[in-house]
Amino acid sequence: MTGPPRWVDIALIPFINLALALLVSALVIALIGENPAEAMGVMVRGAVGSAYGWGYTLYYATNFIFTGLAVAVAFHARMFNIGGEGQAALGGLGVALVCLAIPWPHWTLALLAASFGAAIFGAAWAAIPAWLQATRGSHIVITTIMFNFIASALLVYLLVNVLKVPGSMAPETARFPEGARLPSAYDWGAWMGFGRSAPLNVAFFLALASCVAVWVLIWKTRLGYEIRAFGQSEPAARYAGIRPVRTIMIAMLISGGLAGLMAVNAVQGEAERLVIDSVQGAGFVGIAVALMGRSHPLGVLLAAILFGALYQGGAELEFEIPAISREMIVVIQALVILFTGALDNMVRRPVEGLFRRPGKRAA
Amino acid sequence: MDLATVIQLLDSTMRAATPLLLACLAGLFSERAGIFDIGLEGKMLAAAFFAAAAAAMTGSVWLGLLAGVAASITLSLLHGAASITFRGNQLISGVAINFLAAGLTVVIGEAWFGLGGRTPALEGGARFQPITLPLADTLSGIPVLGPLYTDVLSGHTVLVYVGLLAVPATWFVLFRTRFGLRLRAVGENPGAVDTAGISVVRLRYTAVIICGLLCGLAGAHLATGLSAGFVKDMSAGRGFIALAALIFAKWRPWYALGACLLFGLLDALGNRFQSLDLFGMTVPTQVMQALPYILTVVILAGFVGKATPPRAGGAPYVKER
Repeated sequence: MTGPPRWVDIALIPFINLALALLVSALVIALIGENPAEAMGVMVRGAVGSAYGWGYTLYYATNFIFTGLAVAVAFHARMFNIGGEGQAALGGLGVALVCLAIPWPHWTLALLAASFGAAIFGAAWAAIPAWLQATRGSHIVITTIMFNFIASALLVYLLVNVLKVPGSMAPETARFPEGARLPSAYDWGAWMGFGRSAPLNVAFFLALASCVAVWVLIWKTRLGYEIRAFGQSEPAARYAGIRPVRTIMIAMLISGGLAGLMAVNAVQGEAERLVIDSVQGAGFVGIAVALMGRSHPLGVLLAAILFGALYQGGAELEFEIPAISREMIVVIQALVILFTGALDNMVRRPVEGLFRRPGKRAA
Repeated sequence: MDLATVIQLLDSTMRAATPLLLACLAGLFSERAGIFDIGLEGKMLAAAFFAAAAAAMTGSVWLGLLAGVAASITLSLLHGAASITFRGNQLISGVAINFLAAGLTVVIGEAWFGLGGRTPALEGGARFQPITLPLADTLSGIPVLGPLYTDVLSGHTVLVYVGLLAVPATWFVLFRTRFGLRLRAVGENPGAVDTAGISVVRLRYTAVIICGLLCGLAGAHLATGLSAGFVKDMSAGRGFIALAALIFAKWRPWYALGACLLFGLLDALGNRFQSLDLFGMTVPTQVMQALPYILTVVILAGFVGKATPPRAGGAPYVKER
């Protein structure tokens, strides 16, 4: 069977899905009595219309690259990791412990150590649901969601009772030492117009490197082949000697580690201290990003930038048109998941039919 | 712990278990028909919002209930369209519905009421009032059983009793009617049902609509019975806990009642004892709050026996050509 051209699958269909999601979002805005065109203009201008906007857009995108890659790697093994939120929260704990441990002499060392801490803590938080799925068949979707709730309770406990600065009321850790401060976009990109306030920092390059690393892992290594084979067909993979428990564990540990790495950007790069709810929903955005990006690192990168723009645009939107709540972003995100993930066939069937007919005639 | 405390705990257990129970039975109908539904949470949340919003605007809790159920059924139909008609991934559809509800309730709430996503506090006829069961006052004098009847069983809102009655009703529909037999069959072997000349699509849509109805009741109870109005994210993972209870109950109605009462009790314990002294150690509040979630994981880990889901669950049915 000859399918439609490749660009239809990787470009046209996602584009139509996205257009539908935006169309319905516009409808929602119109229904609450606001002007969708005006709202869209505010969002686009706020997100990509200035260096200030880009500083935030790319900062958010960095978070979403990590969480999107996390979901994507798990998807390749046909695991649905909804626990990015909790894994990233634990990653934040790892980053904080590393950064506060010693007075770091230079940011490169701190970045290396903090990345390690973030990935280890994130992976550890994914390990239990992964192990339960692999050995006991516990539904990983539900267990990872439960682990999000447990992580949130754990972090509140730690911040209020253990990590809080003595005498302070705010449930947050002390500010990280100066040596652990990551260079922000102002330090290396002032010539591009980034201001002092831009939260974008070097973690963005770590995210780009992660995209390349995931691409190499999934398509150029034996392990990646095993993960994909397992995801395509468990019985076939089993027959080929691929061990299911090992594959699930490795895929989920990598996934959790990637989610944890998000904290390098959000906790070490931006907040420079661990606060309550440092993740702010980025773990969930990863799902939409992975679905839109078709679980491919390049797709994830593009989708993450799109969602980064949506987040930054959404913040501007709330500022300019107060009647539209910031949660509008969650609605758009839900619609993207709905149209690209669940209702994919609604678009795919007619579009593929459109492209198949001329092919048949030629053959 | 004296008797009064125990009675109080059991009383709040009943109240806390109701939304779980209704959602659990909702999931039971859907999953028995072969449609996995992790969107219970979102449907409950949407129902809670629209119930509270309609009740706040009209002053009638019954109109609120109707609006809540309608919202929940709408989302159910969306899930049905994605997973039955378009054969999409049921997990992804459920996740999308959860986010859709989480976002829309706040966006619409902010636009309508401007209270940061809340609805105005409900009072009087806009809330469900407690019902005193017959003879509750007369029997309260009897030791142990008296307070048990008067304070634990009596004095709840109507939806608590609806939830309790839904258990035998679900059992009867599923195991004693022709519709129930077909519904269970379509979750195990849709091909056989199709061969018998019965529409798989229609049966599954019916199951999904019943699921929406029950989730709607659960959500309405959250906003108009359990509390007085809607608050952002007020379902707080109850939809997922209901799913865990469903697995714990092995997809059977009476066991679902037991499982939900257990989770209700944990919830009540967490609320009653902000921190608990156990063997000289103080258990912090956060542990008490995380208890239902931890128990859910333990139950899913299967330390309580093997649970076999309906065989055709999660897979779209493709009729042979």
